[in-house]
Amino acid sequence: MRFGVKLLLIASAVVAGGVLIGFYVANLTTLQGSASYTIPVQQASGKPVVNLKIETVAAVGPQLSPNPDWVSYLIQNQKGAWIRRTVWKLPANATVHVTVYNFDGASGLRNPYLARPQGVDGNQVTIDGKPATGIDPNDASHTFAVPAYHLIVALPGVADNAKNQCGYAPCSLKLAHRTIQFTFHTGAPGHYRWQCFVPCAAGWIDGFGGPMQTIGYMDGFLDVS
Amino acid sequence: MATHPTTAAPGADRAPHGRRVIVAWLVLSIVATPLVAIFLGPILPPGNASVQGSGQVVDNTVLTATITPVFCLLLVFFVYVLTRFRAAPATALEDGPPLRNHNGIQVTWIVVTTVVVLSLAGFGTFELLQNGSGGGQGPSPVAVPAGADHMMQVQVIGQQWNWTYRYPGYGGIETQDLYLPENTYVVLNVTSLDVIHSFWAYALGVKADANPGVDNVAYLKTKGPRSFEIRCAELCGLWHGYMYQTGHIVPQSQFAAWIKQQQTLNASIARYMPKYSRSYYPDPQRRGG
Repeated sequence: MRFGVKLLLIASAVVAGGVLIGFYVANLTTLQGSASYTIPVQQASGKPVVNLKIETVAAVGPQLSPNPDWVSYLIQNQKGAWIRRTVWKLPANATVHVTVYNFDGASGLRNPYLARPQGVDGNQVTIDGKPATGIDPNDASHTFAVPAYHLIVALPGVADNAKNQCGYAPCSLKLAHRTIQFTFHTGAPGHYRWQCFVPCAAGWIDGFGGPMQTIGYMDGFLDVS
Repeated sequence: MATHPTTAAPGADRAPHGRRVIVAWLVLSIVATPLVAIFLGPILPPGNASVQGSGQVVDNTVLTATITPVFCLLLVFFVYVLTRFRAAPATALEDGPPLRNHNGIQVTWIVVTTVVVLSLAGFGTFELLQNGSGGGQGPSPVAVPAGADHMMQVQVIGQQWNWTYRYPGYGGIETQDLYLPENTYVVLNVTSLDVIHSFWAYALGVKADANPGVDNVAYLKTKGPRSFEIRCAELCGLWHGYMYQTGHIVPQSQFAAWIKQQQTLNASIARYMPKYSRSYYPDPQRRGG
């Protein structure tokens, strides 16, 4: 075989390999397979405003997951149903009003520093209707955190002896829960991960396996565009 | 009548190949080595955000300049051989002259490579023992710079999946960002709250593993104001690739204002913060398996 033909074949193989690797990486970074949820956008004074309603549950249940015992975040869709989607499409430079209904008990923060709300308007949140600038780290059930925004909000848990605790999601607001509200702002377009910092994965090493390491439960993305 | 290619008698080629290669190598090395040291050296990694980072740039420059003549020798040798001894098309394959032992070449090769390797080992050890070169030295550091007792102390805490920082000299406050004052000696106490991470502040020349229950000490002296990247260099789970931040070296006055602001912000949870410790074990473990 001529030298030029050999060179052409090798170059073609290298290009083909590069394209395949590119597709693989692109597939990973765009998280194909992790269905996203587009949150409805309203306008206030010409600027986008989003109302985000989410809930955290101790066990996601068989209706919503093949892993019914996993702890999870859920988001409320436009029909009022709770769905298990953790990749959320948000507009850039928007005001996001968040309401979290937490039905889970406390696990405690491994890093007490994260008990202070950060990256939210006024550096404070509203817990069950009362303003708060921090919680007891031992009472933390989960956090909603977007590190790229410096956003961290610790969510206090339902008391261990509370009546009417939710077994499996979706959980009705008639059951024991805590309500946490806060506001933050999206910035430039980008792909920002969010996560829980509380070691809340029951039965996993250090409480950080399973649902803590799987997008769709305690981790996700803010797809800001 | 068939014709056959003529075959030269072994050893018939009396051209001074060795001398040509050596002369070409010497000329190329004498030109290339200073160019590498002067122009390539300053832009070699990791950067100049700290004295330790600059020291590593010097180390890399010395290494690169040292291997330049070696690279030149290989280059000259291959180019010479491929051009001078390239057989013309349709030439019959023939064996070369038999290789013979040459004591001079062997002794020279062994002596030169031994001297190069031992010199680099000695140079590297000297550089490492000067101030640790920004590397994590474990809980009992060996290469302790002078005045370490009076250095500014910053604890680096890794957890899945973010870095936070405690400043024991400022009431043990904790922050999401790493701010360091310019031209300041700093001791970093690197640890983890869960699994193994690795604190890698590239431009600072600092890389130190973060292990739960271990205080990994690294020293540095900051230089002028600038920003630098921080990454985790130990695969630590789902968001390992997202475990990066931007650190800042700022003027002394700006640092003083920033740390005061952080102290104010930390007031709301001051009563909950644990007493400063050199290390922490994963706790709580209420749901851990």
